Amino acid sequence: MANVKELSKQKELFTGGHRACAGCGAVIVARQVLAVAGPDTVVVSATGCLEVVSTIFPYTAWNVSFLHSAFENAAATISGVEALYKSWVRQGKYKKKMNFIAFGGDGGTYDIGLQSLSGAMERGHNILYVCYNNEAYMNTGVQRSGATPKGADTTTAPVGKVKKGKEQYRKNLTEIMVAHGIPYVAQSVVGNWRDLTSKVEKALSIEGPKFINVFQPCRLGWSYKPELTCDLGRMAVDACIWPLYEVVNGSYKINYKPKEKKAVGDWLGLQGRFRHLAKPENKHIIDEIQAGVDKSWEDLLKKESAIFPPETVDKRGGGIPPQVS
Amino acid sequence: MGEKKQKPGWKELPEGDVIEGGGTAREFKTGDWRSERPIHIPEKCIHCLTCWIYCPDSSVITKDGKFVAFDYNYCKGCGICAHECPVKGKAIKMIPEKEAKKNEKVCQKQI
Amino acid sequence: MPKTDIVAKTGNEAIAEAMRQINPDVVAAYPITPATEIVQIFASYVADGLVDTEFVPVESEHSAMSACIGASAAGGRTMTGTSSQGLALMAEMLYIASGLRLPIVLADVNRSLSSPINIHCDHSDTMMVRDSGWIQIFSENAQEAYDNMIQAVKIAETAGLPTIVTTDGFIISHGMERVEIFEDKDVKDFVGKKKLGNYLLNPEKPITLGALDLQDYYFEHRRQLAEAMVESKAVILDAAKSFKEKFGRSYGLFESYKLDDADRAIVVMGSTAGTAKVVADDLRAKGIKAGVLKLRVFRPFPKKEMAEALKNIKAVAVMDRSDTISGNEGPLALEIKAALFDSNIKKDIPDHIYGLGGREIRVEDIGSVYKDLGEMIEGKGKPKVTYLGVRE
Repeated sequence: MANVKELSKQKELFTGGHRACAGCGAVIVARQVLAVAGPDTVVVSATGCLEVVSTIFPYTAWNVSFLHSAFENAAATISGVEALYKSWVRQGKYKKKMNFIAFGGDGGTYDIGLQSLSGAMERGHNILYVCYNNEAYMNTGVQRSGATPKGADTTTAPVGKVKKGKEQYRKNLTEIMVAHGIPYVAQSVVGNWRDLTSKVEKALSIEGPKFINVFQPCRLGWSYKPELTCDLGRMAVDACIWPLYEVVNGSYKINYKPKEKKAVGDWLGLQGRFRHLAKPENKHIIDEIQAGVDKSWEDLLKKESAIFPPETVDKRGGGIPPQVS
Repeated sequence: MGEKKQKPGWKELPEGDVIEGGGTAREFKTGDWRSERPIHIPEKCIHCLTCWIYCPDSSVITKDGKFVAFDYNYCKGCGICAHECPVKGKAIKMIPEKEAKKNEKVCQKQI
Repeated sequence: MPKTDIVAKTGNEAIAEAMRQINPDVVAAYPITPATEIVQIFASYVADGLVDTEFVPVESEHSAMSACIGASAAGGRTMTGTSSQGLALMAEMLYIASGLRLPIVLADVNRSLSSPINIHCDHSDTMMVRDSGWIQIFSENAQEAYDNMIQAVKIAETAGLPTIVTTDGFIISHGMERVEIFEDKDVKDFVGKKKLGNYLLNPEKPITLGALDLQDYYFEHRRQLAEAMVESKAVILDAAKSFKEKFGRSYGLFESYKLDDADRAIVVMGSTAGTAKVVADDLRAKGIKAGVLKLRVFRPFPKKEMAEALKNIKAVAVMDRSDTISGNEGPLALEIKAALFDSNIKKDIPDHIYGLGGREIRVEDIGSVYKDLGEMIEGKGKPKVTYLGVRE
């Protein structure tokens, strides 16, 4: 497991000087992922907040080689980089072990990027895809995506006189990735650095395609004070809105089960995008959100116990302690 | 802000949409974005480096696994470091930027 | 002269053979008629261990070009092939490849664009991307396709521009021809090793590729690209010179077929040039001074050279195997007229849109074009833009 002091002694691979909002979670993800991955890494990013804020010519915050090509194809692009690497290694032209990491926002991953992600995962490239999931198209001004949760106010599913924000529940991309049968799928969160860094470390030690879906609060799009970015991440985990779990070769392991599952109301209440839900006439939406969260959590518990009956749980090694807040 | 330099013409730039070298963003100082800044309270600090690992702007300078200073060239004053600091009573406080300029005890680090 | 072998190959087979001999680092491709075979044959080479290439069977053409971009940016020699809708789907990425100055080589088997969906030959697909910053080299037949693919690698890597080599769908791609192929070692010797400048697989020298340009840099980067295209003309001629020195066959920006003393000529690209040459020969036998200008390099457009070649010809017609749907003729005619105008050469040039969706172009059709040119010489006026071969 990553030791924060050791990590701090290495060269900073994602520097200051980028144009992210104060308190942005996406760049926290990038910093933590790179701290573990190290300098022998090639990064491809989809178009989106992370790419835009970090690479405005001639300034780049990346201290590793970085490629951005387009919005929907981070996975296809990194497939090409990895293919070249395999080719050169096979030809005896290259020896160094390299990491290949793609970053995409939920927009460039759940929606427009789903095809190329699916293709890359099916082909089995030795790549890690990290989705920084802030639940909307943030860079273009907070439009709804397939990852936007029910009830959220976005600019393309706004709250108005007739509509109350997004009507659909969000897509479960993590489970779609599990269905691809890849060796490692995980959910992590901004606000639990031990969870994210150990998952990245584990992923990078596995050969084949890996996917980590990182829940990333966005102070601008979700509308909250910037210092709460990590708090909101952890609170979502405590309310089982965003469970921390891994699926290793098809076997589910929930990394953290809150002793006391919190109701969604407190978490919703801290964010401007759910402000309208405080009105009494919208209470039923909170109930629907809670019902959705409860069902997903129950389903996840069932999946875990189906593969790992309770009596075998303690025999598994490892486990990632929750962030002490 | 720095002196205004003439930007390179198309013949001087490297061919293609490429930035040669890493971390050139360091030349762009985002420190002037902030309206408040974190200050360090050394006697309380346990050097857990929680602030370092969560800083979105790589603005916590460390050495040998210990906190050294904030990098006010880039710090945007988001307050995550102060909020996440696990020490009882906090080893990091946020103060308004205006006050900082007056306060001599404030830790300044220029690169 | 290096050893050669005479074989019977279709256009697709000849291209696949060239690719095998070039032995690129990565091929990422998706099937589409009539280009599919190139990729299939190449996949069989991979399966038999005849190449070192990492073959990426992507899930769409957009991903094909994306993966090619990734591989090329990482430092590899990269190739692919497609047609029509596939080229259209990857159009976004074509512009990105050239903007990133990646020397990818793409074999496009010219096929019409939908709708209506049609799998047969016309030039609308490559014409769609004529502003994409890719060099475009048109092949008349399978031999030229083979030769052009080999030169394209050298051209792309020297000019720093991605390059399309075309063949006419089904007509050439699936037509069996006599092709002279070289030995593997001679092809490898000609293309040489890829020179590495900035590349991703070099952690000691990190680079950021594909940064966002605000208003203060985009124009400069695009100006560089425009200049690179202009300079690529010399690179293409240089590659042709080296090709002739090594392999004996001559190539240029275009082929002037019996043009020197011609009083009437047709400008045409692709396989139709072959038919036009047959018609010109027949007319010459009857004492009519007919010639053909077969344009090989459409991008960069050899403005001055074309104007020079056409200026003394009394009547010139252009045959366009695609339309601009603009009320203003086909793309080749428009470019030629602009070129002549800039050289102060005024000519009435009838444009003939022909062969769309694989519509047959026959000896008689081309004969009628020459006949019209004859009437123009006699002062009987010029025909309007005609759609040659459409049923009225």
